[in-house]
Amino acid sequence: MKLGPAQIFIGAFLINNVLLFRFLGLCPFFGVSTAVSTAVGMSAAVMFVMLLASWVTWILFNAVLAPLGIVFLRTAVFILVIASLVQFVEMFLKKYVRVLYSSMGIFLPLITTNCAILGVTFLNIDYQFNLLQSTVFAVGSGLGFGLVIILFAAIRERLEYAPVSDSFKGYPIAFVAASLVSLAFYGFTGLFGVSL
Amino acid sequence: MDWTLVVYALAGLGGLGVLMGVILAIASVKLAVEVDPREERIRNVLPGANCGACGYAGCDGYAAAVARGEASLNSCTVGGPDVTAQIGEIMGQEVSTEEPPVAVLICRGGKVNAADRFEYSGTYNCRQAALLLGGPKACIYGCIGMGHCVGVCPVNAITMAADDLPDIDGYKCVGCGACVRECPKNVLKLIPRPKLVYLACASHDRGKAVKQVCKVGCIGCGLCAKNCPTGALTMIDNLPVMDFEKCIDCGICVHKCPTRSFVDRAKGRPKAVINPKCDGCQACIKACPFKAIEGEAGIQHRVLSAKCIGCGECRKVCPVGAIDTVGALGHAARAA
Repeated sequence: MKLGPAQIFIGAFLINNVLLFRFLGLCPFFGVSTAVSTAVGMSAAVMFVMLLASWVTWILFNAVLAPLGIVFLRTAVFILVIASLVQFVEMFLKKYVRVLYSSMGIFLPLITTNCAILGVTFLNIDYQFNLLQSTVFAVGSGLGFGLVIILFAAIRERLEYAPVSDSFKGYPIAFVAASLVSLAFYGFTGLFGVSL
Repeated sequence: MDWTLVVYALAGLGGLGVLMGVILAIASVKLAVEVDPREERIRNVLPGANCGACGYAGCDGYAAAVARGEASLNSCTVGGPDVTAQIGEIMGQEVSTEEPPVAVLICRGGKVNAADRFEYSGTYNCRQAALLLGGPKACIYGCIGMGHCVGVCPVNAITMAADDLPDIDGYKCVGCGACVRECPKNVLKLIPRPKLVYLACASHDRGKAVKQVCKVGCIGCGLCAKNCPTGALTMIDNLPVMDFEKCIDCGICVHKCPTRSFVDRAKGRPKAVINPKCDGCQACIKACPFKAIEGEAGIQHRVLSAKCIGCGECRKVCPVGAIDTVGALGHAARAA
């Protein structure tokens, strides 16, 4: 089935959400979802890096790895490239876009080798997307990540004040809440007839 | 075996690694951000306690703010004058090495002097007790005395005295104000460190009401304000409010107060001594607030040292300079 940009976007954004369906990037999902403000900074950084990484890895895969027949090296190559890319972007922002750097500077190194980033770049290859489709998929995944982590941060802020029993306080109740949110997102399955 | 694949793999991954390394190496030089070298030097002289008393997020934040010229140089209360002087040297500026303030307790109603309204049996913590009708003390303005401040003091300057009131060691106190912010009854206060005299009562009640609940509470009589030679005390809402700019630490208010609500931090006070230059004009007798000088006109006057508190009022009025205040080093100069 040939997928249009809208279908890819909805699929990545809601239906097969990178956090709640694919369970990628759970580390920041629980790590920085304690307050909405940090969640916003994190998701902005993730969206940014996800898009850049998708472009660079797609070009690299199709221009270098595939012609040379060394696609089995993609894990190592992608990690190397994404890590260097983030490092470079961080330096660039620090020098020229100081505002952006101070707003998401700390989160950039944290997500260098985040599995959500790596996962999306792999999926771009696995689904045999072209560059435009990859772009849409990366933006959709990034926005989906942002949506869920901000949503979940708001839930956790309220959980702080909820009368939770001692044995469930903190991470246990957060995981229970996450599973419920995940179940809720399963309700999107088959939306607009999209299955990715 | 197909060796070309191995060559491609090695060349591909190795080449990519080298390429990335070169790009990053160039970038680190080209995109290097000049950090103000003073920032690092300032950071090195700071204590590194990251206490936040300066108002910035840790010592790094303060160092950066100082280097940018946004922060005052003497905000580090933990480091004190030494660090301030060093920062001044780095920044090439003259700094006022003004001492940090000192925290004092403005309540003397310990368990002996101030009664309780009810028996409190909840958690032994000031903040918790304050939530229950403002605490068990009969005086709603007074110190609850459960020592919450002891725990919040970062330099362990506060201990609980025998009468269940916090005792603040002025030498250890760095004036960060943590206790002042945490006290639920607002009975801790920062005063300028050199100041010796302060009012230790927070009750705005009228005299009768204060008398009923506390033996040492200010009854708002206003004697201190009337007797203050510099007009530093003004009665506002049944309490004398001290203007530390005007106060000369003479100690008259301390001794005039009928309830002894003032605290004198001075370790000792001098005494007035009249030397033979005295021509017996009686000006000092009139000026003395404590009737501590006696004598006939034309004859050298005499100081009743038991009554003299060393305020220096007599010295100010003596036309021939026959009065010295002696003893308690440092006070003689202050009274001049």
